[in-house]
Amino acid sequence: MRVLVAMSGGVDSSVVAALLQEAGHEVIGATLQLYDHGAALQKKGACCAGQDILDARRVADKLGIAHYVLDREEIFRRDVMRDFADSYARGETPVPCIRCNQTVKFRDMVAMAEDLGCEALATGHYARRIEGPHGAELHRAVDPERDQSYFLAATTSAQLAMARFPLGDMPDKATVRAAAARLGLAVAEKPDSQDICFVPAGRYDALVGKLRPDAAEPGEFIHADGRVLGQHGGVSGFTVGQGRGLGQASWDGEEKLYVAAVDAPKRRIVLAPRTGLERRDAEVGEVNWLIPPPAAPLRCAVKLRAREVPRAAEVTWDAGAGLLRVVLDEPGVIAPGQACVMYDGDRVLGGGFLRTRLPVDTDRAAA
Amino acid sequence: MSRLYLDANATEPMRPEAVSAMAEALALPGNPSSVHAEGRAARRVLEEAREVIATRFGARGRDLVFTSGGTEANALAIRGLAAGRRVLLGATEHPAVLAAAGPDADVIPVLGDGTLDLAALEAALVSGGPALVAVMAANNETGVLHPVESISETCRRHGALLHVDAVQMPGRLPFTLGAADSMALSAHKMGGPKGVGALLLRPGLDPAPLLTGGGQESGRRGGTEALPAIAGFAAAAACPLPEGLAAMRDAIEIGVKALAPEVIIAGSGAPRLPNTTSLILPGVAAETQVIALDLGGVAVSAGAACSSGKVRQSHVLAAMGYGAEAACAIRVSLPWNAPEDTPARFLAAWEVMRGRLIAHRR
Repeated sequence: MRVLVAMSGGVDSSVVAALLQEAGHEVIGATLQLYDHGAALQKKGACCAGQDILDARRVADKLGIAHYVLDREEIFRRDVMRDFADSYARGETPVPCIRCNQTVKFRDMVAMAEDLGCEALATGHYARRIEGPHGAELHRAVDPERDQSYFLAATTSAQLAMARFPLGDMPDKATVRAAAARLGLAVAEKPDSQDICFVPAGRYDALVGKLRPDAAEPGEFIHADGRVLGQHGGVSGFTVGQGRGLGQASWDGEEKLYVAAVDAPKRRIVLAPRTGLERRDAEVGEVNWLIPPPAAPLRCAVKLRAREVPRAAEVTWDAGAGLLRVVLDEPGVIAPGQACVMYDGDRVLGGGFLRTRLPVDTDRAAA
Repeated sequence: MSRLYLDANATEPMRPEAVSAMAEALALPGNPSSVHAEGRAARRVLEEAREVIATRFGARGRDLVFTSGGTEANALAIRGLAAGRRVLLGATEHPAVLAAAGPDADVIPVLGDGTLDLAALEAALVSGGPALVAVMAANNETGVLHPVESISETCRRHGALLHVDAVQMPGRLPFTLGAADSMALSAHKMGGPKGVGALLLRPGLDPAPLLTGGGQESGRRGGTEALPAIAGFAAAAACPLPEGLAAMRDAIEIGVKALAPEVIIAGSGAPRLPNTTSLILPGVAAETQVIALDLGGVAVSAGAACSSGKVRQSHVLAAMGYGAEAACAIRVSLPWNAPEDTPARFLAAWEVMRGRLIAHRR
């Protein structure tokens, strides 16, 4: 078949292209240009910098496949970077990699694959797509260390039908690197990409401050019991569960404080002891179902952030409101803006984004 | 299946005459600046080439400066002649001209058909001090021809210098320096090699050099001349103009309109190069069209090629008043050796492409 492969220039998607070609498919490579080369060139270890485009092209040349660089700077700025800043300005903790997969990767590249007469869009994601009795299912990768199913939870069933994740069955990264070496790919030893690709040196607050200056305006730290504890330099510097960077507000006597909530409209950061952070109930919006939406409450496991073990929960789908109501068996830290992804064992049932629900009325608390 | 190359405005296939001339010149050991017999032999090839090219384009050999290509020729003219003058340039100029003129240049708008707005040029020249006007003879994306004689006359009345970027003209239409003050040429747009071009000057004009060095090109461009490339350049310049391109181009336009009446042909109301058409398929990104056609065996481009190979929205079409459509245009430019069945083969590939795009948009 003719397959479009999203090639980032890294080892994973390079191996995908080479393996599909080896299997006899007609492979077409595409690399997204997501932001300005010059600004990005100073960054190493994050995906999609200028060097990565050259690496992708070199791999394509080595394989002798057609390769295209797609300028997605404007769409990426709007759908990923701007969304990232807006989310912080709302007091949330965004997951830009999910937005990127949801928009420039799967929404746009599946459409392009169809336009080019391709039967599939393959990526280097670590997840498994399994053909089930009712269509394509999304499952966790074999390698739990690498599993990226959380980041793919916004992929729709229709997109999943076109998607292929050849690395989902790889036992570990070493196997992928060995495959790269066997296939003669120059990127076999290239370091893994890390953190958020468009944020230089992990300093996301500078970017947020540029796109949303209002998120960098000072406000108050308040204790959940109402006491004003000090001043902060803008809501974009804080996410729920954070314990660092609170300055003099870090300690309430002997008790360490953490961010319990961010009231962005009033620019208040609510602090509480660890025990005051945890909750059992959450609301999830923008839900993408990969199973028929359940009519009755459903027992499943949920992941509320990328790096955590799934937790047992009961979820109830309110189709009218378009909201998923989640009740955790054991209380946990719930950060608005993060994705809530539902699992049945290894299978992803669906996912959405945690909504902001302030645990306290900060006006009353501050009074 | 054999490929169909329809991206001549990016680069023309080499003329066999140019290949032969280059091979001969490659065998010459001498440096044209050397005093010995080998040097003199090289010098003779260089000066013969200079005469051939200058004569062909209406200039004297001594007023021709060899450069590394069209970009350098444009830069030499604009930077080298602009001292004490403000620079005016057309809105649809090539990036080489836009970049050489810099951000302070005044941009003269074009009309909806892509030709320069002569009234706006007149108004810009009336106000303000001495000027250097830089315009292209033919647009690389649409093939639209600017009214160079009228522009030249307007410039003369106002004492302005006129530089013509003629890179896309040779090999397509007869064209000479005429009453302009300088003119940029590029060998590979006329079937010569990449990496060589020339600036032609009105007698007496002496641009400040961009590159200084051993005094080559009468001190106007330092560096040993690229003799083999220059020999190929002259051989390409001497070739007769191809015939039948306009008829093929027209057949493509008629065929595309018959398949899809919604297609817009940019600049079709203006005089154009015979080999170029800019086809707008509304709602379909140029990038997708170019890739789909490439996979179908046909090489075209979206606007101007960028060094990274990525596709950008056309500033040329935007200047002509197109909105979203400016991102939906492909440029089809026929090479001198386009086979006779070009229209039929192009239309077959185009129909497959459009059929697939329409199917997925329903």
